Amino acid sequence: MAVVFIPTLLRDLTGGRDAVEVQGANARQVIEELERACPGIRARLLDGERLRPNIRIAVDGRIAPLGLVERVSPASEVHFVVGIAGGLGPP
Amino acid sequence: MTHRKTLVRATVNQESVEFLCEPRQSLLECLRDILGLTGAKEGCNDGNCGACTVILDGRPVNACLVLGVEAEGCEIETIEGIARAGALHPVQRAYLESAALQCGFCTPGLIVATKALLDQEPNPSEERIRMWLANNLCRCTGYDKVIRAVQRAAEEMREVRA
Amino acid sequence: MSESTYAVVGTRPPRHDATDKVTGRAHYGADFQLTGMLHGFILRSPHAHAAIRRIDVSKAEAFPGVKAVVTSADLPESPEQMVDIGEGAMPLSYIRGNMLARSKVLYKGHAVAAVAAVSPHVAEEAASLIEVDYDVLPCALTVEDAMRDGAPVILPDLRTKEFGEQTGRPGNVAEHFRHVLGDAENGFTEADLVVEREFRTATVHQGYIEPHATTVLWNEDGHVLVWCSSQGAFTVRKATAAVLDLPVLRVSVTPLEIGGGFGGKIRIYLEPVAALLSKKSGRPVKIVMSRQDVFEGTGPTPGSHMRIKMGARKDGRITAAQAYLAYEAGAYPGAMVAPGAMCVFAAYDIPNVVIDGYDVVVNKPSTAAYRAPGATQAAFATESVVDEIAENLGLDPVEFRLMNAAKEGTRRADGPKFRRIGCVEVLEAMRNHPHYRAPLEGPNRGRGVAVGFWFNVGLASSCTISVNSDGTVNLLDGSVDLSGTRTSVSMQAAETLGLRAEDVRPSVGDTDSIGFTEVTGGSRTTYATGWAAVEAARDVIGQMKERAALLWETDAASVEFDRGVFRAGGRSITFQELAAQLDETGGPVVGRGAVNPSGAGGSFSGAIADVEVDPETGKVSVLRFTAVQDAGRAIHPSYVEGQMQGGSVQGIGWALNEEYFMSAEGAMLNSSWLDYRMPTSLDLPMIDTVIVEVPDPEHPFGVRGVGEANIVPPPAAVSNAVYRATGVRLYRLPMNPVAVMEALWQKESEPGGGSLHSDAAA
Repeated sequence: MAVVFIPTLLRDLTGGRDAVEVQGANARQVIEELERACPGIRARLLDGERLRPNIRIAVDGRIAPLGLVERVSPASEVHFVVGIAGGLGPP
Repeated sequence: MTHRKTLVRATVNQESVEFLCEPRQSLLECLRDILGLTGAKEGCNDGNCGACTVILDGRPVNACLVLGVEAEGCEIETIEGIARAGALHPVQRAYLESAALQCGFCTPGLIVATKALLDQEPNPSEERIRMWLANNLCRCTGYDKVIRAVQRAAEEMREVRA
Repeated sequence: MSESTYAVVGTRPPRHDATDKVTGRAHYGADFQLTGMLHGFILRSPHAHAAIRRIDVSKAEAFPGVKAVVTSADLPESPEQMVDIGEGAMPLSYIRGNMLARSKVLYKGHAVAAVAAVSPHVAEEAASLIEVDYDVLPCALTVEDAMRDGAPVILPDLRTKEFGEQTGRPGNVAEHFRHVLGDAENGFTEADLVVEREFRTATVHQGYIEPHATTVLWNEDGHVLVWCSSQGAFTVRKATAAVLDLPVLRVSVTPLEIGGGFGGKIRIYLEPVAALLSKKSGRPVKIVMSRQDVFEGTGPTPGSHMRIKMGARKDGRITAAQAYLAYEAGAYPGAMVAPGAMCVFAAYDIPNVVIDGYDVVVNKPSTAAYRAPGATQAAFATESVVDEIAENLGLDPVEFRLMNAAKEGTRRADGPKFRRIGCVEVLEAMRNHPHYRAPLEGPNRGRGVAVGFWFNVGLASSCTISVNSDGTVNLLDGSVDLSGTRTSVSMQAAETLGLRAEDVRPSVGDTDSIGFTEVTGGSRTTYATGWAAVEAARDVIGQMKERAALLWETDAASVEFDRGVFRAGGRSITFQELAAQLDETGGPVVGRGAVNPSGAGGSFSGAIADVEVDPETGKVSVLRFTAVQDAGRAIHPSYVEGQMQGGSVQGIGWALNEEYFMSAEGAMLNSSWLDYRMPTSLDLPMIDTVIVEVPDPEHPFGVRGVGEANIVPPPAAVSNAVYRATGVRLYRLPMNPVAVMEALWQKESEPGGGSLHSDAAA
């Protein structure tokens, strides 16, 4: 299962856990699975069916150019990174 | 409101020119906007960056600090007049070959200032070069390759003279 | 292809655009002319914070020679949206608000109205007749001012966000975020030594020599044509279209040569204003900023307030680190504090970390990117503390850094693990450099070191390559050339095609002629646009193999290509020979490359600085400076060195001189280059460079990008050198003569404070 790292300020939704293991073949499925495990987190990451404008997904340490349809493998690490308005997108 | 214009006669890059300018227009404006010589650049318009350096009666000046009407009867050399008969001047070649430019915006002013230096002093020391070019700001290169280009051009010009 | 087989990569050919740039023929933003062109002038706020009660433009409109006057009332209204402005997104209302102020001005220099007239002088004269009735408000100029209780509220609707989520808390803090790794509290208890220091850095400007300049024609067919100097034509198009509420198809942007940007020419300031003036007047309008406009009206880089706490064991292992980073965003949210937080401890493998970042709105110009945005401030703080710990533990500062250096697999506090990086290799190159081993003699002299990191980005790039019948090629890409990237991109195409660099003629396309390409920034152009050029070249080779197969009546799959020659079944034909036969084998060959690489490896940079401090005046002179950087692969080493030298000198300027010197009322008091003191040739030694090459494992040639990381270590290296020279550590930038003298006097006045290393003492 992929390991999803939970941003520090979202850990109130994961009972303080900094990482959650979930299944999913792409980033969207990972977020849906995460929502099942930690209700409420989907709304913090997505705006409707799209990623919130300043949130980016990183799979295995690199920003996922395909966003929500980026493939995730069972050995992947998934991070959510927030870009600040006007800021440079982190890697 | 436009002001009454004055006729100015001068020599620019060895050609006689006549142009009408307002008393408040700088030589830089006259060169760029009236004569179409846009090689001299405006970086600050207050004499602190040297991007508009031209040679006026043998001396390098900031064209933004000279009024157009002051050029009456003067001999002016701009970056457009440095290369001759399709061949780059040794100073231009040295900048090109030494990778002494990045964005290139300050380059015309630096090349004109360098030529003015080497016309007077064929073998300046590094410190002398740094002192002479201190009026020409460059934000890209950190000056290292610029100084080396000046040294290279000086060497080449000395060899040609010898 | 192994390293030794490169024929073009790693050589130093002349730049394709160099002749135009040494003869004055290259056309920059202000050099552009159109028939019937008017000149625009922007009226700017004299106050740092004020409500606008009324604007009366009637006298300006009636002034002879004036053709149009616009204010924010001329901007369209449209629903709020996030607009990608290159390297990030910003709400449309903020972009519009910065273009022409609506109900309030938020900084001195904020654009209020604009005039188009028959000459720049007439436009300026007319603008002075515009009457603006201001209600002046108290201002907040630093993060400490803006964060205290009762601070003036700059954006009334602003509420603090945490991880993008509204908290409902009003004030000037736009965003707070936190990264936690391990257990910092526990980590500090494991430490034998804990050092905590507080730092401040001043607002500084990118200082590009060319002021912003644009010419815009709002054509009668409703199409908006823009010719401007910027870091990315597509970003200008997108932002201009958004502000004007037009489809992007209605805006065409032609990039002119750019006279420096360093991150400051990504945002737009002038294009929509010139467009509105053009629409009103029916004529093209050119606007060129003055130097004062550039200082007061464009985005500098954030001033900062930081606290760094680090703990280490006696054996030299760092056990924990904590950072508080509060950056000035300027008038609108968007300080580069997020990347600063990701870089603050990036050079080290630290098991326990807490980082808090704050994006704070203040009454200064809206800040913009500046070369490794956010990282230089953070590294000044971290590298000063690291230096202090190394000294207290009795360890060599480079060895101490090596003991704790980040490497492949090190997890950063913001989450991801590093892939292959060159931090250790950079530190080793510093340790082994003759400069580091050379004796430094004489009083008041000291040597300092520091390292820094910048991510580099990939992002979208497009490139096409057209084959000419003589076997040369024309290359078109979308990356504005700030520093020789036409050549570094062309060299990668040439290497792939088996051509010489001079067989490639590169051009930078406009938004109508080339596929989407992100800004020239993030150290990405040689990396990503170079990659696109390689893809385009591979596409050319694939198509040419089919042509060869056609001639030889064989399968394209059986045709091989190596160093400019196609071969199959004992037959061969050179690229040039085949190029001559394209017409009769099917017509032109045009290769295309379009990439969006995401795995840019990031670059580490190191600096060794020798300084001498004049104990009478406080002036710091840099005696010797060596820059070390991991380039991955240096495509054109001369221009890699140039980037390292230029970034180092910008860092030296940031360290020693540069700052926005503000009055209590929020006016910048030094908005000219006479007073905003950038380094001149006289202030500097030669800048030695060492290019380290730890190839990026994914890039076709191993490129990492070198534009930015080099600015990160110099302020800390210079500060550490000043400490070794004087025994006084400075916690504020710039370390100008006043700051140095004050620190020296304070040390003298302290009980037990020794005298300076003056001649008498020595």
